[in-house]
Amino acid sequence: MSRHAELGLTDGEYGRIVELIGREPNEVELAMFSLMWSEHCGYKHSRKLLKTLPTEGPRVVMGPGENAGAVDVGGGLACAFKVESHNHPSAVEPFQGAATGVGGILRDVFAVGARPIAVLDSLRFGEPGESARSRYLLEHAVAGIGHYGNSIGVATVGGEIYFESAYEQNCLVNAMCLGLIETEKLIRSAAAGIGNVVVLLGARTGRDGIGGASVLASAELGDADSAKRPTVQIGDPFEEAKLLECSLELLDRGLLVALQDLGAAGLTSSSAEMAAKGGVGLDLDVSRVPLREAGMEPFEIMISESQERMLCVVEPERVQAVLDVCERWEVNATAFGVVTDSGRLRVLVGDRVAGDLPVPALVDECPVYDLALAPPATPLYPAPTRVLDAGGDPGATLLALLGSANLASRRPVFEQYDCLVGSRTARRPEQADAAVLMLDRDGSARRPALAVSIDGNGRRVACDPYRGAVEAVLECSANLACVGAEPLGLTNCLNFGNPEKPHIAWQLSRAVAGIGDACRALGVPVVGGNVSLYNEGGGGPILPTPVVGMVGELPDAGRAGRLGFAQAGDTVALTAASGWAPSLTGSELAKLRGEPPEGELPAADLGELRAVHAAIRQAVRSGALRSAHDVAEGGLAVALAECCVAGEIGAEVTIPGGEPALFGEGPGAFVVSGPRDAFAAFGSAVTVIGTAGGDALRIDGALSVHVAELAGVHAGGLAALLG
Amino acid sequence: MRARVLIRPKAGILDPQGQAVERALPALGFDGVRNVHIGRLVELDVEDPGQLPAMCEQLLANPLVEDFQIQRPDADEPSQNAGPDDPRR
Amino acid sequence: MRFGVIQFPGSCDERDALAAASLVGDAVLLWHRDHDLQGADAVIVPGGFSYGDYLRAGALARFSPIMVEVERFARHGGLVLGICNGFQVLCEAGLLPGALLPNTSLRFVCRQVLLDVVNADTKWTGACEPGDRLSIPAKHQTGRYWAPDPVLDELEVGGQVVLRYATGNGFNGSARDIAGVSNAAGNVVGLMPHPEHAVDPLTGSADGLRLFASAALVAA
Repeated sequence: MSRHAELGLTDGEYGRIVELIGREPNEVELAMFSLMWSEHCGYKHSRKLLKTLPTEGPRVVMGPGENAGAVDVGGGLACAFKVESHNHPSAVEPFQGAATGVGGILRDVFAVGARPIAVLDSLRFGEPGESARSRYLLEHAVAGIGHYGNSIGVATVGGEIYFESAYEQNCLVNAMCLGLIETEKLIRSAAAGIGNVVVLLGARTGRDGIGGASVLASAELGDADSAKRPTVQIGDPFEEAKLLECSLELLDRGLLVALQDLGAAGLTSSSAEMAAKGGVGLDLDVSRVPLREAGMEPFEIMISESQERMLCVVEPERVQAVLDVCERWEVNATAFGVVTDSGRLRVLVGDRVAGDLPVPALVDECPVYDLALAPPATPLYPAPTRVLDAGGDPGATLLALLGSANLASRRPVFEQYDCLVGSRTARRPEQADAAVLMLDRDGSARRPALAVSIDGNGRRVACDPYRGAVEAVLECSANLACVGAEPLGLTNCLNFGNPEKPHIAWQLSRAVAGIGDACRALGVPVVGGNVSLYNEGGGGPILPTPVVGMVGELPDAGRAGRLGFAQAGDTVALTAASGWAPSLTGSELAKLRGEPPEGELPAADLGELRAVHAAIRQAVRSGALRSAHDVAEGGLAVALAECCVAGEIGAEVTIPGGEPALFGEGPGAFVVSGPRDAFAAFGSAVTVIGTAGGDALRIDGALSVHVAELAGVHAGGLAALLG
Repeated sequence: MRARVLIRPKAGILDPQGQAVERALPALGFDGVRNVHIGRLVELDVEDPGQLPAMCEQLLANPLVEDFQIQRPDADEPSQNAGPDDPRR
Repeated sequence: MRFGVIQFPGSCDERDALAAASLVGDAVLLWHRDHDLQGADAVIVPGGFSYGDYLRAGALARFSPIMVEVERFARHGGLVLGICNGFQVLCEAGLLPGALLPNTSLRFVCRQVLLDVVNADTKWTGACEPGDRLSIPAKHQTGRYWAPDPVLDELEVGGQVVLRYATGNGFNGSARDIAGVSNAAGNVVGLMPHPEHAVDPLTGSADGLRLFASAALVAA
């Protein structure tokens, strides 16, 4: 196999490289191209699609293209946030893969100068009941997230976990982070100022992750993957804690011209991107880089993915001040490069030039491909194992759903995370549909706050990539509405299979179209995100899984919504769009009954749904409601059960219709509760369905189950599977 | 010279890490394993090996809950300040 | 009333402790490398992962320059509160009896717990009554309190057991469900749960404020 093919470059790409630089690349240069032109760094198959997403809005202060996007949250503050994947490393070594995923997204946020305040994680694995490997991945990924987030002192406030056999060989670990900064202090990453000094901060450079971006993220995983174990990055949250404080102090003192974190493809991608954005060149002397291992080659130093490192550009007269701040925080700092006007990235070893490339060739000239699209000719996903027969007793069906892997309580997981550090958390996991984080007091009695949710969808996107992706965006917005929050911006991670296959490319393009249309209709701009492709192996592709993270604002955390019923005697009502048409297609119940992810999903009337979300939001903000919970997986009966369990109180309700009404899914319905007179003002959008109280959930003519039994099954479901 | 310090939880104190490993081994097909304890290894080059016991007492081990054993690979016998169940050569 | 909150590399909850203490008095951060308590009437050693919990939790922080001052301050009767990692540091420093070991479950657990006030006469519980029940969150992986049985007996008899997990609330396997202890004089207290995260009803409870208020009563 040719040198370039081993590194993941096609013959066509190699030819283009030779054309661009006017000669054959040497070893160092080829390694740099192999990473910069990998799918993970270059977005070759997704860049054209991503350009179709709406990225502008009155609250956007930093759009896609920087380390993180940011929205204005009032009071002179901005919230920077982003989601990123670390799927392939987590499949190989889940503890470190998940831990360094958290580390990486934290750095993206403090690289723009924002202090991280929260982390959320979206995880997907194979069936825990069937696969010891998936149980292992879950346990260790959760431990890794907890280890990193808890140690560095950033609260992990939310997330989601789903299990489907299609993720068995390709698990998904997507990590989201949000941080706060005074808007005028947001820093960008463009290198500037000819003669300015390039300084490397943080951990020593070793051989971690060498070949990571090209080897792991841009290729399908096969059986030989245990041999890839040495390339997984090892994270050190203590080092990152020091690096974070040091970076923020440097920015606070105005000592930096530009800041960039080192992530995938290490020094190569950071320096190339800094230079490209600034339209400048960089000379880097890798012999000055502090190393953890002896005898590292220049190309290894340039592509190492050792964690907890940042790159900054400093005016020469400020370099000493930078070194002094770093010394105080016990962070290594090394001046090793200079900004030039050559427009070239030069890798030097002392005086010797080891690599010399035009910056545009590495960044802007990275090929961008059109996708060949075709809907799948045959079903892509096998039917799941049937664990429930059709036509069962509704009470037994409800208990089966509540205890199932996808719906059971995540308490055994989220209790492993510190959700409190920072003293901002007004709604913890399972208290409400979204996490609520208070901003600093504004001098009034109100407590302004942010809300955040992360939601994804695999099975329903497999049924219909366009409508399923629309639903993912709606789910996030609905969750924010239930705590009284208005969406400000969105970040997304697109997890798909091999885009060179027309049916996967079709899934990807339809999903992006769905996200774009939903965002435009809801007025929510996309401020950044990530793409993870090639998530497939011998067993086939993952379910097409767009994951959406949304940040919103609410004026008073004192009025943040909760999901549990509160008081006996409260009225329970259903608020639904007129187009709400719950069906069993693509539902959790269909999955338990062994049905493959196929069938038509209902169309969503985005205009009406926007209005319904606004109505819920306003009702929550007014304080009229005691609870609000969106109807999602498992349908209305599951939503009611969740409200009873959270509130430790039963309810008696009437729901006309059979199974589709009880367990059918589809966007646009909410269970709300409150004093009877609160509902007079709502009008026809709200249907009173019953009353909270008693010790059981009674759905007339369908089921009656004690709350204690619902709670027991809900609490024990995941633990039972994990053993 | 190169020294090695083995640090073990004191006998009699619950060692859940040791227990977890003891439970996990049979599941992998390894039977007949008992009395598993998890400790720590510290390796260091020292100029004055006479200082090692004090280093252990003050920093490397917590004498309230841990026993330590100093090994000097190039010496004939390991010197140790350890608990009753440690092997002697 | 001035509180000094120590900041080690890797501390996490120092700003939370600072904010909580600020509700009751004046509060400043004390850098680990300094030898100056800045006139603090009470010192708080906060929660987190100082020095990454390397070697043993609190083992390295306890040798920081600032801890020389804290030890002197404590031996002269100064008020010192160790929270979580701070409790670990104080035990490593010998300012409090016993040691903190890994939770029996080996897992990190973040959970709201109910604590019974056993001794309301220490400098940090003076604003409480014996038998008071406080709702305070705990979040740790290495919080199992242990001391040899004879020592535990002495602590019980001597009133050095300050806080106990209420029945059913302990999760880490602490001996005798001990959540917090004091030195013999009652001016140094350590506890695993986090009172600084229980000072605002909007984040769950305000019961933790009582510990800070207790210290302010002493200084008054």
